[in-house]
Amino acid sequence: MTAPAPPAVSRRRRRTDRRLPVFLALPALAGLAFLTLPLAGLLLRTPWAQLPARLTAPGVLDALRLSLLTATAATVLCLLLGVPLAWLLARARFPGRGLIRALVTVPLVLPPVVGGVALLLVYGRRGLVGGWLDSTFGVTLPFTTTAVVLAEAFVAMPFLIIAVEGALRGADPRYEEAAATLGASRWTTFRRVTLPMVGPGIAAGSVLCWARALGEFGATITFAGNFPGRTQTMPLAVYLALEQDLEAAIVLSLLLLTVSVVILAGLRDRWVGGLR
Amino acid sequence: MRRHADFLALVAVTALLAAGCATGTGSVSDDTRDDAVAGVTGSLTVLAAASLTDAFTRIGADFEAANPGVSVTFSFAGSSQLAQQITAGAPADVFAAASPATMATVVSVGEAAGEPAVFARNQLVIAVPDGNPAGVTGLADLTRSGVKVALCAEQVPCGAAARTALDAAGSDLVPVTFERDVRAALSKVRLGEVDAAVVYRTDAAVAADEVDAVEFAEFAEAINDYPIVTLAAATDPPAGEAFVGYVRSAAGQAVLTDAGFQSP
Repeated sequence: MTAPAPPAVSRRRRRTDRRLPVFLALPALAGLAFLTLPLAGLLLRTPWAQLPARLTAPGVLDALRLSLLTATAATVLCLLLGVPLAWLLARARFPGRGLIRALVTVPLVLPPVVGGVALLLVYGRRGLVGGWLDSTFGVTLPFTTTAVVLAEAFVAMPFLIIAVEGALRGADPRYEEAAATLGASRWTTFRRVTLPMVGPGIAAGSVLCWARALGEFGATITFAGNFPGRTQTMPLAVYLALEQDLEAAIVLSLLLLTVSVVILAGLRDRWVGGLR
Repeated sequence: MRRHADFLALVAVTALLAAGCATGTGSVSDDTRDDAVAGVTGSLTVLAAASLTDAFTRIGADFEAANPGVSVTFSFAGSSQLAQQITAGAPADVFAAASPATMATVVSVGEAAGEPAVFARNQLVIAVPDGNPAGVTGLADLTRSGVKVALCAEQVPCGAAARTALDAAGSDLVPVTFERDVRAALSKVRLGEVDAAVVYRTDAAVAADEVDAVEFAEFAEAINDYPIVTLAAATDPPAGEAFVGYVRSAAGQAVLTDAGFQSP
């Protein structure tokens, strides 16, 4: 394992060219293998011959459609609420901002099931907000598609906020100051100067947010339950398929993986290329 | 069919024992069995259905007390998950499943040593919040408008059993959710998010201070059998067999009955 020590001259040259040193390359390759081998395992075990029949089995396309719909709706909700929140964290000065930032990112580290329980305790039929919604408007959220969107948005919004806040901090505030001195209102400045500047950051955050929402499982099954066509998204369908039929679970997993990779790769090249 | 086979096997074993006694070898075989039970040592891993958590924890403690030198470790999870783990090579000595169907998946790949034996039965009840606010008295009440019901997903044993019972009742019940396991369905009742859930009697008993159990006539169509077996990969087969024997003994059955199970 011990390679002969290279002469000093060549070592100096190697430092100037951009080759990765071995002590970084080896763990990097191991990391790559660790992350991609499970995906290869999925491909190896896929029953290709049964694929068409499995994919058109009742319920599969329903679950996929519901997943795409709710992940998109959750991303829109995150954009509407998350971009202003990111702006607040990056630009406004107020006491307790560090604490607010920590609270905003809590869903990142919270087990999703815990998030689902928390959502149930607030928006459930007996919850703080949910009880009021039920008694005032007769609206109950759990077991509805709306609940799926809320669960996904709760878990995915920090991804958007972190990306947008980072972009805002990286953007030069002097353009906004210049716009303000030229008489633009704060709303006009935000809309015409700030938003276009951080556009790529918002796009990158949206893609991450959407992908996270698409894969959401724990909060969804806890808060929204599981009913085909209404709250059963792809990850829930995969989990239940695994209880009975490994091959069905593999096919569903492959479908979800394909959709995620295609959209992540496609969007990244088209809209987020500027960030690289 | 399996029940018939079990019965026939029991008859055959009884006949053999009787024949053994008649020829005077019975005392010898009794002695060897007693030695095996008294002499078991080592550590035992038991994979058991989640619904057995409370009863098996007690049985495990009793078994350890009766056999000093043995330590029992349990892993409780959904039967189907455990079956997947066994198939994937999980090191374990005994498997107790919540349905013959999940047991069959383990037997079919040759992971079971010998024939599984049914050691307990569980019946379904309707769990309702304390005081039964929706006034549920049977399956028919669950289809009333405004009554929200949680069922287990049909992929897990409690859901399959509920489907059998509902079909027997001719019910066209549409639940608001198909939960991933029986405890998740029960949780939705405890949280008050649904008015009723079809669960096992033993699970409703665990939550007795928060939920009431309503029995219904059609449960008899959907009684769940719990089979147990020693695994082919067992590190200590005699200890595994001793544990299975203890579960099926009068002492083990008393604990199970206490938890709300029925004896087979």
